Amino acid sequence: MTLTLNHYLLVSGLLFTIGFAGVMLRRNIIIIFMCLELMLNAANLSLVAFSRFNVGADGLPNFNAQVLTFFIITVAAAEVAVGLAIIVALYRARQTTHVEDINSLKF
Amino acid sequence: MNPILFWLFSILMLGFGISVVANRNPVASALSLVVSFFCLAALYVGLDAYVLASIQVVVYAGAVMVLFLFIIMLLDLKAEVRRKFNRLAIGGGAVVAIGFAAQLLGVLGSHPRGDQPFPALKLAEGETLSDLQKVGETLFSQHTLPFQVIGVLILVATIGVIVISKRELK
Repeated sequence: MTLTLNHYLLVSGLLFTIGFAGVMLRRNIIIIFMCLELMLNAANLSLVAFSRFNVGADGLPNFNAQVLTFFIITVAAAEVAVGLAIIVALYRARQTTHVEDINSLKF
Repeated sequence: MNPILFWLFSILMLGFGISVVANRNPVASALSLVVSFFCLAALYVGLDAYVLASIQVVVYAGAVMVLFLFIIMLLDLKAEVRRKFNRLAIGGGAVVAIGFAAQLLGVLGSHPRGDQPFPALKLAEGETLSDLQKVGETLFSQHTLPFQVIGVLILVATIGVIVISKRELK
């Protein structure tokens, strides 16, 4: 059996689904944040699979997709730093990381 | 990539991904996420993206996850106490996730080139893929502006984190 593009896209989509279900189901804000990372990585996996699939005229993968993945990883690292700082500030103010305890804006 | 290795690492990655969602203890979730990221790096190696695999290990499995564990231990989070389940959230989450997976299968079934195998790379005799050089060339010749914008973004994020974590917010 040879591997096709669909195998990678399926795995990437399932990883995204797991992350999405985690964001919907979990109530701990740090776990929700980890599930966001899972979703970003699922998108990265499909980008790298497309990069390897689209072999150009020079017989090499399409490196634009890999550069885009590099940018996504960079932005995700910055996002994690800022997000965790916000979580720490929130914990200091409320002593909780449980999203149901943070309902000041709830109607 | 050898299909056996592909399935091994895919199943490990998805299994530890489920473990991230299912674990009640945040430290166990974070460690599962590390393993999941390592398996993803192995999949990158199978796709001939060696640079991205090493960046994945260094940045994600290294820096980002150390940050997560650091915050979890700093806040001293215990395992989540069992609360009353919010039926609406669980039902909604399951429905949306299953709907998304079904949609995914439908799209993959109708994707015209999806069932073709990966084309072979054309490399000279005895040559290995020098993707670090190629990614660098692409990054610095075609994507110079985004690269500089990313630099500014990281600077802004650094300053923002310092401002947010200062004790007295005026």
